[in-house]
Amino acid sequence: MPINENEVTWVKPPRMGLLERLYLPAIAQGLQTTLKHMFGKKVTQQFPEERPKLPPNYRGVHRLNRDEQGRVKCVACYMCSTACPARCIDIVAAPSPWPDREKYPEVFVIDELRCIYCGMCEQACPCDAIELTSLFDLTGLSREEMMFDKEKLLSVFDQTATKGEDPIRTKSGKLSIASEPNV
Amino acid sequence: MAILYVNDKPVDIGSERLNVIQAAGRAGVFIPHYCWHPALSVVASCRMCLVEVGEKKPDGTVAMQPRVVPGCQTPAKDGTVIVTTSARAQGAQQQTLESLLLNHPLDCPVCDKAGECLLQDFSYRYGKSTSRMIDEKNQPPNKDYIGEHIALFADRCIMCSRCVRFTREVSGKAELQVISRGHHSEIDIFPGEPLNNKLAGNVVDLCPVGALCSKDFLYKQRVWFLKSKNSVCPECSTGCSIHVDANKDIVYRLRPRENPRAQGHFMCDEGRFDIGYINARARLKEPLSRQKDKQVAASWESVISRLRIDLLDAARREGKGVAAVLSPYLTCEEAYLLAKFMKGLSPEARLYLGWVPVEGEDDTYPKDRKGRPLQPVKFTIRAEKCPNRRGVEEILKHFHGEVLYFDRALEAAGAGEMQALYLTGGYPPRLGEWLPAPVVEKLTKVPLLVVQDMFTSAAQSSAKYVLPASSFAEKDGCFVNHAGLAQAIHWAVRPGVLARTDGQILLDLMERRELMHAETLRKDLGAEVPFFAPLKDGVLGDLGIRLAV
Repeated sequence: MPINENEVTWVKPPRMGLLERLYLPAIAQGLQTTLKHMFGKKVTQQFPEERPKLPPNYRGVHRLNRDEQGRVKCVACYMCSTACPARCIDIVAAPSPWPDREKYPEVFVIDELRCIYCGMCEQACPCDAIELTSLFDLTGLSREEMMFDKEKLLSVFDQTATKGEDPIRTKSGKLSIASEPNV
Repeated sequence: MAILYVNDKPVDIGSERLNVIQAAGRAGVFIPHYCWHPALSVVASCRMCLVEVGEKKPDGTVAMQPRVVPGCQTPAKDGTVIVTTSARAQGAQQQTLESLLLNHPLDCPVCDKAGECLLQDFSYRYGKSTSRMIDEKNQPPNKDYIGEHIALFADRCIMCSRCVRFTREVSGKAELQVISRGHHSEIDIFPGEPLNNKLAGNVVDLCPVGALCSKDFLYKQRVWFLKSKNSVCPECSTGCSIHVDANKDIVYRLRPRENPRAQGHFMCDEGRFDIGYINARARLKEPLSRQKDKQVAASWESVISRLRIDLLDAARREGKGVAAVLSPYLTCEEAYLLAKFMKGLSPEARLYLGWVPVEGEDDTYPKDRKGRPLQPVKFTIRAEKCPNRRGVEEILKHFHGEVLYFDRALEAAGAGEMQALYLTGGYPPRLGEWLPAPVVEKLTKVPLLVVQDMFTSAAQSSAKYVLPASSFAEKDGCFVNHAGLAQAIHWAVRPGVLARTDGQILLDLMERRELMHAETLRKDLGAEVPFFAPLKDGVLGDLGIRLAV
């Protein structure tokens, strides 16, 4: 549909004064900003050599927490996969081999490429088994590699839980025991 | 004429004998209940249906009873006043739920019932959110074994005793009982008498909480992922109305659907647990055609066009030599299409009724402890193990004038009278090999044999074309049960990527350029075959339509 002529308002650029046409004040102003940053506090991080310090609630790669006996804490209730808006969590439940619970995940796969890192799985988990860590530089050479299975998610726990950056944040749930006693 | 007042709203229940729960339901008011079930006796033990009840006197005054009464046990009569919204009635509901939840483990995340659990639903709608219990919960351990298909999580039980009454009143053998008393009550079996009768699976549906679970379905899926379709169980001619629960093209369970015109409230375990074949790997996935001495996979386009030409040739040579066997596992629509197709090839083409599997005699319930059937009969598992013999027979009567049985087809094949045979199967593997060796022998004499079946069978060795058939969960249509009740089935899962539904194969063969739409075909069927005239609107509803008997 062509634009109606009487609906168009033509705007003319404002006329510049003598000072403005000299451009000198503008150059000075620009130099001032440059000089301020040259001698001010440095903010650039040299990424691969220098690691950023992330806030504790940063949402990176998932991990599956272990309980104090080293078993997977998850009870395969599917709350995370129900809450997941990207439908990236795939669980296969089975009767658990341990007497203190009825169900455990035989297969637990997160498609890290499909995930949108919203953290809803963490919020939905009734036994604090799934947590997001501050690992953010996630790379892989194939799609299959980015499907994180149970073993890989547990190994993320082993790598991150003791390092200090990602302590086990959540308290013990009623359905499972805390990873660390009295936390 | 009996007029009741439910929360000040008058409702007429006529001369029906209803209790207060049912009468309130007529007025659109739901009274929560656990132990009451329309098919079982009344015990009023759960106390969930407590309501205020009174009576409207002829002079217009209302006399309320001074206490709340259980709705399931109170008959509704003319002038009964039911109040469910008063503080006293709602307080009673809250207190009942608090009491039921005292010892409940609240392990909903790992409980299979979560999502369809009445304890969850009612707690959310009528309960209070906190418990005042300070003592330790009484949680009896799970029972290792109470039956082949049933798992009992004793700690979740709320002692409604529906399961106990079911085994006493409907299945009859009374395997379940309540052991111990009061606070320590538990459901259990009698020692050495596991719950293994053919109706045992129903206790899982009856259980309002997650205490009784099906081992078959245990931990397979959370119920909110399942999509449910109304269908009909194909395992016997009773034709139980069912829900088919499926997710991502896998059938996870069948549940009975209440239908007073068909079977009532329940279904048997033979039908309920025989779903493994639907998603079996061994299913035929694509059409095969014979090339020299080998059967090779072929595209639908080539198979359909060559099969059509072959059949037309055979019909041109000798019209009487062309025959089709209509399996009682076909839907009425498919049988109609196949009959029409064959008669279109040649008016002399012969139509036979496929093998009708019969196992023993009709199995009626309840049974006593020794397995003798009792009266009155509450559930029947029929000996005839197919869903649609009646429907196919009526179509054969219309198109062929008489019903020729399967053995006649074999006779004709054995005598070398057949030029072409279109053989439909679709029998679930539970029934065993439906074509024994002597039968296959006779079929080898047919020059053009077309086999449409779900699984590889012996007949296929001599078949020129093998077409993959669809199971009941993959197709739309209707079945006519033993009593002439036509019920609709709806697809719950899609057939394999390279497979087509039976109806679609036939439509393609007839060169009718349309997609399979059961309702349209049903209209045609109703208009053409007088027996199916009540179906001429195409709509069957949830309960089905009884055809002339």
